[in-house]
Amino acid sequence: MALQDLCNFQDVFLDSVTTECSSVHFGKKTGCDFMQGSPFSNSSSLFNFYIPVAECLDESPIQYGQISNTQSSSTLLSHDSVLPSFSLPMNPPPASPEPVPLPFPISHGTTTLAFLFQGGVLAAADTRSSCAGQVACPASLKIRPVHSHMVSTTSGTSADCALWVRILSRELRLYQLRHGRRLSISGAAKLLSHMLHPFKGTKLCVAAILCGWDGGEGDGRHDNGGTKTDLGGCTETTKKIAKSLDTSLQKTQSSSPTLGGQQHLTREKIRFSGPSLFYVCSDGTRLQGALFSVGSGSPYAYSILDQDVKWELTLDEATSIARQAVYRATHWDAYSGNHVDIFHISSKGWTRRSREDLKEEYYREKERRERGMRRDVT
Amino acid sequence: MEQPVGAHWHRVRLNTRMISAQSFGDSGKMKEYHYTGPVEQRFSPYAFNGGTVLAVAGEDFAIVASDTRLSEGYSIHSRDSPKCYKLTDTTVIGCSGFHGDCLTLTKIIDARLKMYKHSNNKMMTSGAIAAMLSTILYGRRFFPYYVYNIIGGLDEEGKGAVYSFDPVGSYQRDTYKAGGSASAMLQPLLDNQIGFKNMEGVQHVPLSKDKAVQLVKDVFISAAERDVYTGDALRICVITKEGIDEQTMPLRKD
Repeated sequence: MALQDLCNFQDVFLDSVTTECSSVHFGKKTGCDFMQGSPFSNSSSLFNFYIPVAECLDESPIQYGQISNTQSSSTLLSHDSVLPSFSLPMNPPPASPEPVPLPFPISHGTTTLAFLFQGGVLAAADTRSSCAGQVACPASLKIRPVHSHMVSTTSGTSADCALWVRILSRELRLYQLRHGRRLSISGAAKLLSHMLHPFKGTKLCVAAILCGWDGGEGDGRHDNGGTKTDLGGCTETTKKIAKSLDTSLQKTQSSSPTLGGQQHLTREKIRFSGPSLFYVCSDGTRLQGALFSVGSGSPYAYSILDQDVKWELTLDEATSIARQAVYRATHWDAYSGNHVDIFHISSKGWTRRSREDLKEEYYREKERRERGMRRDVT
Repeated sequence: MEQPVGAHWHRVRLNTRMISAQSFGDSGKMKEYHYTGPVEQRFSPYAFNGGTVLAVAGEDFAIVASDTRLSEGYSIHSRDSPKCYKLTDTTVIGCSGFHGDCLTLTKIIDARLKMYKHSNNKMMTSGAIAAMLSTILYGRRFFPYYVYNIIGGLDEEGKGAVYSFDPVGSYQRDTYKAGGSASAMLQPLLDNQIGFKNMEGVQHVPLSKDKAVQLVKDVFISAAERDVYTGDALRICVITKEGIDEQTMPLRKD
């Protein structure tokens, strides 16, 4: 459930102010609601934002739009696309006894990486899932698309990553339907981080890099036309947006945080558009950056990436660097291996390069070395 | 006091392996080759009942096979407890691990299938069952079902599909997968024979149904040789668009 749904429960604040939008229910778009982008257009609305955010950290995850088991049988039979009886596990109470010792190990270990460059974002990962010293799956998918303009590289426990990325896609889709535009990568990272927070201290292990393109084609935004993106770099687009904003609006934005009944742009800060990269971890970390590598093979990948990654890379150069980094990591790290997956995200969306078997690369390199040695000898 | 000590010594000599609080308390010294001190025996809600499951997907068929031995520790509870459960006309699930959780899980899946059928007026497809099972398993992330699941069936296009799961819900569509106690022995064999892995210069012929059934039988015979929890009989379910055909074949009973 998006944070706004939690906000709606705070009836005590809505009652005090009467604007036309305060009576709008979620899911129903009236003209004014659409323009506003939010039902809160009153002076106490800022107050509203703080409380739900704090609440969601304490509330049981059941409140995050997950339907509890008791309701599922009666209410959601018609809607199988929602996960009917999937309720997030309850927050383990602080004074709980030790968690049940598991008789089996859960899968871990990987190499994933992502970086920004002039052509967008490149994400790469190996495909080995290991479990207690055995390879549980040699062809697992560690880079999962979240929506048309975002993918998530996942590391940690496979089940946790798979399910949480799925939950994130669902929440982002709901946000898109309610607000008519996609949530930014930064917002998505924050949402994921807040959803994972109740599980801090438990055995849940998710370390994801959210890679995406904010704005881009197909984002149904009704703000100024200044968000047309080109691959010329982030700074240009931000300048474009800044130029086309009303000066009065800018003043409002910078001076007071209150949201009056103004144009829709008031709420939206200077909208960033372009590639973006966030690292989110189940221990609470949320970092923005230009280059990340996660997993047991990440030190090896970092060494290759630090040498060669620059903003000015072409797509082919970037692909080859990413491939090389994963290859080297799979060579040295026992828990990484098999194939390499590469995804590229641009303003048009994500594209996937076909999976490549690194065994072939190893033999090619061996041959190159031998040829090199033979040349030296002769 | 002499008498009890003498008696105690006698007892200790006979049962040198046993933990004896008295041997510790009397002399005040720890015996050298003795495990001393109280040991907390925690109740474990899980048990391991053994069994191996295997699924193979072909061009227009799928095979799910399992042995039928139900064991616990050194005992065999039953020689006729197959681990394949029919879900729909096009899907069979194989569950191995803790038998209690297998039973409950299959009951829950059956109930959810019925609910879906009644509300959507159609049967769940194999892919949908797999996605649903993933969320059912993850719903118990912090007290998991100790079950290794493999779903075999036909997808909407009529091609064979195999979905393999880990106990907490991570899943993947595969061509073949072995799960359960002998999985570590069977999986490499399948990689070689069906996936043609690590073979040079071999023509990749697609697997025919009869060949696949024969391969599954051979593979289980090998597993029964080396894995103590696998044996007694083999139950094979072959899923084609005509329906599900079940065969049983005996395996080693020792």
